[in-house]
Amino acid sequence: MNTDIHRQRGFSCADCHGGDPATDDPTESMNPRKGFIARPAPKDVPAFCGRCHSSADLMKKFNPALRVDQEREYFTSVHGKRLRAGDTKVATCIACHGAHGVRKINDPLSPVYPLNVAETCASCHAKADYMAGYRIAHDQYDKYKRSVHARMLYEQQDLSAPTCNDCHGNHGATPPGVTSVANVCGQCHTRQSSLFQNSPHKAAFDALQLAECTQCHGNHDVLSPRDDMLGVTPPAVCITCHREGDRGYQIAEKMRQRIEELKRRLHEATEILDRAERAGMEVSRAKFELNETRDALTHARVLVHSFSLDELESVIGPGLQQADRVYRAGQAALAELSFRRKGLGVSLFFILFLALLVYLKIRDLEGR
Amino acid sequence: MSTETLRAWLDERIGLQYLIELARKKDVPLHRHTIWYYFGGMTLFLFVVQVVTGILLLLYYRPSAENAFESVQFIMTDVEFGWLIRSIHSWSANLMIATLMIHMFSAYFLKAYRRPRELTWMSGVLLLGLALAFGFSGYLLPWNKLAFFATKVGTDIAGDLPVIGPFLLRFLRGGDDVTGATLTRFFGFHVAILPALTTFVLALHLLLVQKHGMSVPPSLTSHNLPRMKFFPNFFLRDLIGWILAVGVLAALAALFPWQLGEKADPFAPAPAGIKPEWYFLFMFQTLKLLPGRILFIEGEVIGILAFVIGGIVWLLVPFLDRPEENSRRTRWFTFAGIVLVIYIATMTIVGYLS
Repeated sequence: MNTDIHRQRGFSCADCHGGDPATDDPTESMNPRKGFIARPAPKDVPAFCGRCHSSADLMKKFNPALRVDQEREYFTSVHGKRLRAGDTKVATCIACHGAHGVRKINDPLSPVYPLNVAETCASCHAKADYMAGYRIAHDQYDKYKRSVHARMLYEQQDLSAPTCNDCHGNHGATPPGVTSVANVCGQCHTRQSSLFQNSPHKAAFDALQLAECTQCHGNHDVLSPRDDMLGVTPPAVCITCHREGDRGYQIAEKMRQRIEELKRRLHEATEILDRAERAGMEVSRAKFELNETRDALTHARVLVHSFSLDELESVIGPGLQQADRVYRAGQAALAELSFRRKGLGVSLFFILFLALLVYLKIRDLEGR
Repeated sequence: MSTETLRAWLDERIGLQYLIELARKKDVPLHRHTIWYYFGGMTLFLFVVQVVTGILLLLYYRPSAENAFESVQFIMTDVEFGWLIRSIHSWSANLMIATLMIHMFSAYFLKAYRRPRELTWMSGVLLLGLALAFGFSGYLLPWNKLAFFATKVGTDIAGDLPVIGPFLLRFLRGGDDVTGATLTRFFGFHVAILPALTTFVLALHLLLVQKHGMSVPPSLTSHNLPRMKFFPNFFLRDLIGWILAVGVLAALAALFPWQLGEKADPFAPAPAGIKPEWYFLFMFQTLKLLPGRILFIEGEVIGILAFVIGGIVWLLVPFLDRPEENSRRTRWFTFAGIVLVIYIATMTIVGYLS
């Protein structure tokens, strides 16, 4: 209780549980007639917390920045709706925040701190027996742990990486629908999302009732995207729908070819610069200029979501030209290196010849 | 105008005949240690290389934190043969310090500092100090990461000196930190103040060598040694060495061009395992090995003071040793010299390996 934020702000037991705090007599102080509630029933928990948390006037005195619509929002969530329907197994406020010992959400020990959210949700959603009656999967947590999002969050400690509540909402937790998935992903992946919205795929996906991003990338187990997801050979995702001969198939094949071409040329340019650098040539400027090609590759991988060859080419073309320029600079550096070595050979010949002449002069002098 | 007339004209004005006589008189004693006489000339030649290549670098170098790195990069990539000039300047600097050390220790072990050559020795030790100052100040000028942090560490060490340390630190850095002000200041030291001082001390050193002639080791003074004319015989031998040195410098510059590294970033952390140039490494390593505290005083301060005192003792060697008496004292000095060489070599190797 000592770590509880309410306690720290001066609230007593009676402020939540009611009763008479003025007397030490337990039967008096915990008298239900004086408003004492020992333990609220699950269905009453939202209102129990909402007495304060839904009151703008009261909350302003303690934390003016805190929203006061959690209770209302909760009843828009699957949890809230089921609770209303009499299901007492669903999560209420205390399932996630704890009953006593409630910590601020930015406290790393809080169950709803970003690093702990998935674990908190999993405490119900990953239990097969607990979830048995609900006809939904219970492997989301395992899948999520393999995802690029979890890797960013847990390995790189990037708190902006999404965890459960970033996509599902917290108080209004609901799975995003087929039509809204793209909006959810687009919160962070804005460019990919807007490219997709304006692409020919948009209408096709809507017609087929396909979820947009998750169709190719998965939902909980979003992995780092790889180039082999694009194209016409497994494991490319394009051939899930496209067959040989159709236009999408041809575009997918060509897109993959162009990206591979850019990668190959980038690799060649990098390699020649590395060779020149290992030989001691100063190529830092060319190396810096090669960043443009790297940027083009990154940009091209994003532009794939336009599913337009022209869009892709507008980036790959200049990227290839830049890679060529840098490759030529690398060739020039190696040519310069060979020129230096030849020049050294010629110079050393003359230098040694000169030394020999002086030596002969000494012999001539001292021979006399 | 014939050569004869020209000679007469010059003789009347600058005493050419006198100079020719001086050159004719100069000779070199021949014995089993004659080889060591070449190293002074070699150091002088490499110094001339430094002056020439340094002046050429000045045509393009821009001494400011914003432009220094880029201007050296420009020299290395765009200026015709800029890479050659810069690499030769860097390599020749290192070789010059190496030949200077050899020259100095050979003079020490052959007791060349004994009467009346005390001032020759002292001016030589001053030249060593100037060469090290050249090295330290020039190292920062490319304004790359290594140079920046080496300067930070080096000036920090100077700042640890008691009493004058804080002043010295601010004087060297031109402020509390290594900044563009330090670079500009070091540039001034490197291309104006140090060259002026060196010109003066070097002239004195050469004048004294000329005046006293070559020193013969005490063990051979009683022998009637054959002598070789400096002009042209010994000079031509020197010349062969210099020509070969040009070849070595060209090979080093072409095969191992001096790296430029990354531009200095004052906000970046110091690169791990940072080390000074090899000629400072033995001192740096010693300071690293000293315990944190020695008798209530910081170990590092004791170390720095020991090096300062060591330098002063080294300067005063001609007055502390009495080689002409061939006493136990002079044998002790020889022994101390051997210990010093072993110590410097060991610490340098340990510094490289650690």
